[in-house]
Amino acid sequence: MTTQYMEINNKKVEITGKEKNILEVARGMGIEIPTFCYHSELSVYGACRMCMVEDEKGNLIASCSLKPQAGMKIKTHSKKIMNTRRMILELLLANHHQECTTCVKSGDCVLQKLAMDMGVKKVRFKPRKPWQDLDTSSASIVRDPNKCILCGDCVRMCSEIQGVGVLGFINRGPDINVVPAFGKLISDVDCVNCGQCVSICPTGALTIKDDTLEVWDALLDPTKKVIFQIAPAVRVAIGEEFHHTEGENYLYKSVAAIKMMGADYVFDTSFSADLTVVEEASEFLNRVIKGEKLPQFTSCCPGWVTYAEENCPDLINNLSSCKSPQQMFGAVFKKFFAKQMNISLEDMYVVSVMPCTAKKFEAKRPEMSTDGYQDVDAVITTVELARMIRKMGIKFEELKPASLDMPFGFSSGAGVIFGTSGGVAEAALRYAVEKLTNETLDDVNFTEVRGLDGLKEATFNVAGHEIKLAVVSGLANTQRLIEKIRNKEVEYHLIEVMACPGGCIGGGGQPVPNTAAARVKRSKGLYSIDATSTVKKSQNNPTIEKLYAEWLKTPNSDEAHYALHTHYGHKRRIGGMEIADAAEGTTEKVIISVCVGTNCYLKGSYDVLQELIALAKKHGVEDKVEFKGTFCLENCSNGPSIKVSDDLHKYGVKKEETEKFFTNVVLPRIK
Amino acid sequence: MSKIFEELTREAVNTPKIPCREFINAKLGLVKLNEEKQKYADELSTIYRRESGIFDCQIALCKGTGCHSSGESALYNKIDEILRAKGIREKVNIVETGCRGFCEMGPLVEIFPQNVFYCKVKPEHIEDIINKTVIKNEIIHELLFDGVQIAEEIPFYKKQVRRVLKESGHINPENINDSIVHGSYQGFMNATRMTPEEVIEMMKASGLRGRGGGGFSTGLKWQFTRATDSAKKYIICNADEGDPGAFMDRSLLEGDPHKIIEGMMIAGYSIGADEGYIYVRAEYPLAIHRLEVAIAQCTEFGILGKNILGTGFDFTIKIKQGAGAFVCGEETALISSIEGKRGMPTVKPPFPSTSGLFGKPTSINNVETLANVPLIMNNGIEWFKEVGTTKSPGTKVFAMTGKIRNTGLVEVPMGITLREIVFEIGGGVKDGRKFKAAQIGGPSGGCLTEEHLDMPIDYDSLQAAGAMVGSGGLVILDDKTCMVETARYFMSFTQSESCGKCIPCREGTGRMLEIMERIVIGKGTMDDVDLLSELAQTIKFASLCGLGKTAPNPVLSTLKYFREEYLAHIVDKRCPAGECDALKTYMIVPELCKGCSKCARVCPVQAITGEIKKTYIIDQEKCIKCGACYEACPFNAITVG
Amino acid sequence: MEKTETVQEPLRNFAKVKEIIEKFGTDRSALIPVLQAIQSEFRYLPQEMLSFVSTAMGIPQAEVFGVATFYAQFSTQPKGKHIVQVCDGTACHVRGSSEIIKKFKKDLQIPVGGTTTEDLYVTLETVSCLGACALAPAVVVDGKVYGNVNFDDVARIIMTMKESDDE
Repeated sequence: MTTQYMEINNKKVEITGKEKNILEVARGMGIEIPTFCYHSELSVYGACRMCMVEDEKGNLIASCSLKPQAGMKIKTHSKKIMNTRRMILELLLANHHQECTTCVKSGDCVLQKLAMDMGVKKVRFKPRKPWQDLDTSSASIVRDPNKCILCGDCVRMCSEIQGVGVLGFINRGPDINVVPAFGKLISDVDCVNCGQCVSICPTGALTIKDDTLEVWDALLDPTKKVIFQIAPAVRVAIGEEFHHTEGENYLYKSVAAIKMMGADYVFDTSFSADLTVVEEASEFLNRVIKGEKLPQFTSCCPGWVTYAEENCPDLINNLSSCKSPQQMFGAVFKKFFAKQMNISLEDMYVVSVMPCTAKKFEAKRPEMSTDGYQDVDAVITTVELARMIRKMGIKFEELKPASLDMPFGFSSGAGVIFGTSGGVAEAALRYAVEKLTNETLDDVNFTEVRGLDGLKEATFNVAGHEIKLAVVSGLANTQRLIEKIRNKEVEYHLIEVMACPGGCIGGGGQPVPNTAAARVKRSKGLYSIDATSTVKKSQNNPTIEKLYAEWLKTPNSDEAHYALHTHYGHKRRIGGMEIADAAEGTTEKVIISVCVGTNCYLKGSYDVLQELIALAKKHGVEDKVEFKGTFCLENCSNGPSIKVSDDLHKYGVKKEETEKFFTNVVLPRIK
Repeated sequence: MSKIFEELTREAVNTPKIPCREFINAKLGLVKLNEEKQKYADELSTIYRRESGIFDCQIALCKGTGCHSSGESALYNKIDEILRAKGIREKVNIVETGCRGFCEMGPLVEIFPQNVFYCKVKPEHIEDIINKTVIKNEIIHELLFDGVQIAEEIPFYKKQVRRVLKESGHINPENINDSIVHGSYQGFMNATRMTPEEVIEMMKASGLRGRGGGGFSTGLKWQFTRATDSAKKYIICNADEGDPGAFMDRSLLEGDPHKIIEGMMIAGYSIGADEGYIYVRAEYPLAIHRLEVAIAQCTEFGILGKNILGTGFDFTIKIKQGAGAFVCGEETALISSIEGKRGMPTVKPPFPSTSGLFGKPTSINNVETLANVPLIMNNGIEWFKEVGTTKSPGTKVFAMTGKIRNTGLVEVPMGITLREIVFEIGGGVKDGRKFKAAQIGGPSGGCLTEEHLDMPIDYDSLQAAGAMVGSGGLVILDDKTCMVETARYFMSFTQSESCGKCIPCREGTGRMLEIMERIVIGKGTMDDVDLLSELAQTIKFASLCGLGKTAPNPVLSTLKYFREEYLAHIVDKRCPAGECDALKTYMIVPELCKGCSKCARVCPVQAITGEIKKTYIIDQEKCIKCGACYEACPFNAITVG
Repeated sequence: MEKTETVQEPLRNFAKVKEIIEKFGTDRSALIPVLQAIQSEFRYLPQEMLSFVSTAMGIPQAEVFGVATFYAQFSTQPKGKHIVQVCDGTACHVRGSSEIIKKFKKDLQIPVGGTTTEDLYVTLETVSCLGACALAPAVVVDGKVYGNVNFDDVARIIMTMKESDDE
């Protein structure tokens, strides 16, 4: 077959016919056509109009949606194109709150870069939109509508890749805006804090909540003992912030920098990942033997946990009760080592460096605390660490590497690969297989679960047990898998879920651009570290062995459950949605609130409500009772849920039980 | 099945004078699939009686939206009442039709066999109409238009070639039998005797071009859709007519919905679609109602559904209502709207003919285009090309409004000159004023001026002049219309209807509007004019959809032909047409001023000074042009200009 | 058609919404007809109802809200008892609709920047083209079309509207 050619800028380019569009073809020949809204992993949107190219007839066409064809003649720059791009930038800058000198996105901002590249010096238009307050309600993300260029990337990312759809467009024309549902604050809707929107936002409209100031305070406070833990995925990405290649391991330079900043101890989250492996794999084996609560879902990803609490109340009991490595680390220190090291809880300050924005939310969960002190005091992301390093004036490139502190700086390769999709599953397998077979496991490489595909499946036959594994990353993929499980189309024993595509290495706190190519390299970096580590199985980590000997006794023991395990609840997906009362000032009435949120609705709460109203009429007590419909009493698995007046207790009332409920609970309350 | 019909009726004699009941029943037997033949036999025979003169008289009342709102129902009731009182109700057939087109003169009443066309009829005229015209065949001259008795003789109608509008205003659109008798669905039957490819070739050869404004070859569009391989395809009728000042599609749907249904069926047959959607704007409740009635009757008759009339072809139609978005007239935005999403256009490629509604190949056609299709299938290509120009054959329906004497709906041959439309059909400019410009194509179009009066109106000539035929909106402007304000008005419309997705349209038209607003209040600068052009270029070349791409046209067009008006606003701070409020000059005429001081007292900025019983004077520097003095003066001594 | 009173009887509201959803189905393409039916019944789209629709039809809340705010037909704010629509299409504009809009605004005491009086008595809207261009300028009050409206007609139209309150 003859080779096909097209022309770009008078140069012949070979095309295979498999290229998605001209923009990618141009990229292949080294020309980066500017764009705000084109991303190869998202659907083509075509809104920014920056990627226009010119054809032979002088027409401008968007290169993101044009497939290359043999014989096409395209120009990527011409007077028309340049003028168009400059005008578009000028129009955007007119509405954009420019504070480049202090904006955290400065240097990574696409608007800034393109304006600079195109030389847009003069903006002839005045801002036309009124000021909109920033949304700082979330623990993880900050939304600044005054910097938003309405490219829709965050909308598509959250909807297509994460299947959540927190952000959406509202209104039309000049009033168009990107907000959470009904214009509410992010913390009031079903955001899971994964931060993928932050990664993809081309400007500073969506940024990570800055917790560095708090950490500086602690570092510069002589009374505080500051203990750092660094997550696996950070070490293969931090280098990108300092002009190094993705995937190279800069853990020891990071340690050196953090020590220079004033930390007292710098440890490795991979250590507590080893701990998680032991606890979680033991829990898993227990379930396999008893044949209960399967499939088991991993629980180290806080984005996934929040998602499950909001959307999968039927699967909450299937989640592993283990805390995440970050939280196990904090618990181990505050519940045990504080005393050993003679540091008061008030003085101990645990900081974790994470690739993840949801970890900020996880650290604040009330149950993750000891005697009133959060187990992890602060979480900073990879990019925030880089910012702190720059703030101190440290020249990362020139740093001499330093070693982690012992004993919690020691980890196995299994703990390190936690940072990539499939890593948790593989680490668990390395423990489970050895325990099941009662033989030393020599070949620790389970390559079936490696790679950055959204869904990976593998079946292992171990000592007479068939273990079916699924590894999924990205919440839209997760939702599809869960549907299949609910429909009994597939069956698994263990499922690793990571909210971010590719796992933690693709987290919302990682350096941008957070592309598939970057993730591939970072993932490879982690497997390299694993390949060269001396200890590859969590159970062989001597520090872990010691921990059990001195404190925890055995996996899943009472002590282990106290310190290292947690419980989950139900979380409502939208806040502040009470339905208006029928009348005011009716405090003598018994108020019956029936939940009409998704789960309860599907279980027939609406019919329950109707029946209760009919019963009230029948018994002649309509004027003594008041019925309300409400959204989410957070009692989803027991639904349909009913709340009576201001009682804390929530009733679960199935359709058949309605009359009984009315007679036994409601009637006695009516005076 | 229609072959059997032809066999059976070959020997039957059926003329208007001698209507044949067997003929009617035979026709019924094939068209109707269920049992109540007698009911339909009676209805059809009513029509035949009318056509054959067995009714003594037929009164056609225009029930288009315009006449309907002007009191057509009252007329119907009055006629009915009086006829019953006189005991002659069964001898007179009252037909409530769709839009007859001469909206300026509504309510319209047409009476046969007297062939009299009455205008601006009120209930109090009815008694006379019945006594004199119906019973005694006398003409009431006061109710005629300019003394002309027969509608077709009126200049408004004389130069028109009413093809798609032929039945509109003559038949009852809520009675399918009326349409069938006038030839509906024969075109479809003809099409089914050909292969789909042959039908497409015929469409291409006819030269029919999209009447929604695009002017794209209909046959070619169908060909592309046919060429895409897919088990499921769709045909969509775009009835979202959003151009302000355009009501062609509405009238067609109200007046003769079966033409559109038939057009869709032929289109479906050609491209291989078994399902069609009609997307109608919600602001057209009457059109929606007529369509619903028509579709229900078609379904009952077996003209929609499975194995239509024994052809083996399945087809159903659903109606989807718009929800108030002009941008949904753009095909991909329309598709998004049907899919239940925000009506924002999507990138092209892929084009709807490849991947459209629900990802399937789809052909979207305008109402008027579809109405032409059955006519072509029935009468042939040569007939279609008899009228119009070589490259733009056929007719075009225009909604003529604005400062014109005869507003209304007109159908003219492509290639007719602007002069003929405005002065002969339209009756010239209202109130005897001077013709200044004709805005053609709505907010996407440009203006034609005096120098274009003798230019033929067709797709290519207009494009060469920087304008476009558009969907058919034609607004006539006189010398008291400010062209700058008109351009500002269209810009304002476009901004508020912009979907907001792409930057050039959302931001660009907003900034152009800002500048236009500055200019009309006298705060524009010459730099603004350059900036307008610069913005226009970006918006034209880079917008995502047609709305954006054509948004700058009104400004560019008026800048080209009326630059001096722009300069007057900017440099002289004056509006030559006297329309822009902020540039009006309020002056007290000394000869008329009685010195009563009323104006000075109401002036909110104390700009008027004077002494009692002496002439007062307005300080132009202080005047804020609020007009309070003008309203207050009891002697009309203040002029505005 | 009987129009249900808004916010006063929350429970009857949900019964109606459920009926509407059952009628049109839960396919995504049914969203706009569902919203149109709710708007027609309640004169606007209350937030709780949009949330209910999102739940029942399986569409993310942000998307439902996005569709509800895109189309001019939908209102997420309660509308007045009376609705006055003045057409500002080309034909009407050219025949002086701006003046009529101003007069209505003043006489009905519509607050600046809003469309509805505080007591929810009347909503004044500007619409682009009702398709009754031959009757320009055109005004629709509670569905009734007034054609060829001039400045002086405004007061009379308002009076007719107020008189209908007593019926």
